[in-house]
Amino acid sequence: MGFPHDMLSGLRRDPRAKWVGVVLVAASLLALPFVLAMAGTAWVRITNLAVLYALLSLGLNIVVGFAGLLDLGYIAFYAVGAYTYALLASPHFDIHLPWWAILPIGAAVACTFGVLLGTPTLKLRGDYLAIVTLGFGEIIRIFLNNLSEPFNLTNGPKGIWSIDPIHVMGIDFGSTTRFAGLAFSGTIKYYYFLLVMLVVVIVVNLRLQDSRIGRAWEAIREDELAARSMGINTRNMKLLAFAMGASFGGIAGGMFSAIQGFISPESFILTESVMVLAMVVLGGMGNVWGVILGAVLLTFVPEVLRYTVAPVQKWLFGRSLIDAEVIRMLLFGLAMVVMMLVRPAGLLPSAVRKRELAVPHDER
Amino acid sequence: MSLLALEALEVAYGGIRAVKGIDLAVESGELVCLIGANGAGKTTTLRAVTGLVPAAGGRVLYDGADISRLRVHEIARRGLALVPEGRGVFPQLTIEENLAMGAYARSERSAVRADEERVYGLFPRLKERRRQTAGTLSGGEQQMLAMARALMSRPRLLALDEPSMGLAPIMVEKVFEVIRAIAAEGVTLLLVEQNARLALETSHRGYVLEGGLVTLQGEARALLGDPRVREAYLGE
Repeated sequence: MGFPHDMLSGLRRDPRAKWVGVVLVAASLLALPFVLAMAGTAWVRITNLAVLYALLSLGLNIVVGFAGLLDLGYIAFYAVGAYTYALLASPHFDIHLPWWAILPIGAAVACTFGVLLGTPTLKLRGDYLAIVTLGFGEIIRIFLNNLSEPFNLTNGPKGIWSIDPIHVMGIDFGSTTRFAGLAFSGTIKYYYFLLVMLVVVIVVNLRLQDSRIGRAWEAIREDELAARSMGINTRNMKLLAFAMGASFGGIAGGMFSAIQGFISPESFILTESVMVLAMVVLGGMGNVWGVILGAVLLTFVPEVLRYTVAPVQKWLFGRSLIDAEVIRMLLFGLAMVVMMLVRPAGLLPSAVRKRELAVPHDER
Repeated sequence: MSLLALEALEVAYGGIRAVKGIDLAVESGELVCLIGANGAGKTTTLRAVTGLVPAAGGRVLYDGADISRLRVHEIARRGLALVPEGRGVFPQLTIEENLAMGAYARSERSAVRADEERVYGLFPRLKERRRQTAGTLSGGEQQMLAMARALMSRPRLLALDEPSMGLAPIMVEKVFEVIRAIAAEGVTLLLVEQNARLALETSHRGYVLEGGLVTLQGEARALLGDPRVREAYLGE
């Protein structure tokens, strides 16, 4: 009876098996866009969006999952990164810097905003922090909407367009390239670019988790006062979480700008912040793989529903009873509620979070 | 020079002065206790020493330097460890992880590992349960863990706030056995305790606090025999 299980754990222990697994996953990720392209370019674009959301969620995971600071205005850093990219690579100011210069600048600007938000709010916790961050997110959006007067910085609600696509070693990401008999469309090239970034961000996240910094965040999340008594500089550690989360958000924002070619304040509304937070919570706060899974699911499920709700209704009832858009959000909400009931710690909970919900708290 | 010296320390909450000018000294290697009724200012004094509340007046000299303006983590890094009232363990971390947090400010890994074994020697029960989360331990075991965690920082001065609070009598005995063992290893201890008899029996010297002021002080044995102490705190 125990044979298959033994074999599995034996395989897990074998380092060769691990590498074979890594190679298989890498190969399927590399082949993915071409498979998806057969179903339609739209699916490749949605995949890119999923990776972008994964980047964003991993950034928010540092703030919420690792340090335990509830941030409801995270999309503001995404916006800051996106606008930084747009202003430095578009006809708006007629500045056209290369992507490798702008992405770090965007990260730095977002990081500055993170510290700006973090410094006055460090003493707040839980609900209070959530309210302030929510306000911060709205402030940024409203500023973007109105900073067309007296000096036209953001072009207001009209947004910024004709944003330069990324160029890597002479390859234009805005057009199709033929290579080895395959057509690499811009979307597919961006997919690979995003994949590389995702790998980098995953590595950074995993390293952080196991570092002294990660342990300090864990202590702060558990008991801030006790953490301080352990010699942890809680103020700096919390600021660091805000700054790092914001930087990742800024980089993701820059990518968004480059891929879309057009941005406006509408892309950075409160719902987006909530969505990213939902990805982190649904996937499993504090668990890197869970967060990625959450981002992928929450990007794909609404899209899949968009294409399947009407045909399924036709097939079941012979006609479309409820508007696809309405039922899509309804099912989506229902799925979230069920998830939180069945797996409150997320799909792939982190070890500590799992304990938090499993262990009955003592009567302290 | 005393390891710790309070000079006319005052602490105020809002406008109310809870500690009204205390002079106190702890010599290196000593076990000193602070006893007194509820609201006498014992815990407040300890909180001011460790930086958890600001001093409204006076000085806190630790190792010759005034630490009353330093922040909590800076004081902790100088080797002044506090085991707070209500213990303050990390409930969702395992015992091992809690102990590792205690050694957070230290970098020498082999010494930390040696200290872990030393601490497990003092608290064999914690070793048995090293992979269990702290929240699943009994109150007494959590108190032990909090003390063990503080020892992991290799403190020069260990401040204990009401270690017997809320514990069953048999656990209280055990906790004080460990306190004696820690003192025997040469760690300087400042103990705040409501159980005056046990505290005085364990300590070298004692201070009696009343209404935010020191009313009596001296050798612990002498205080045990003092009629005023016997009447007010030992229930005789």
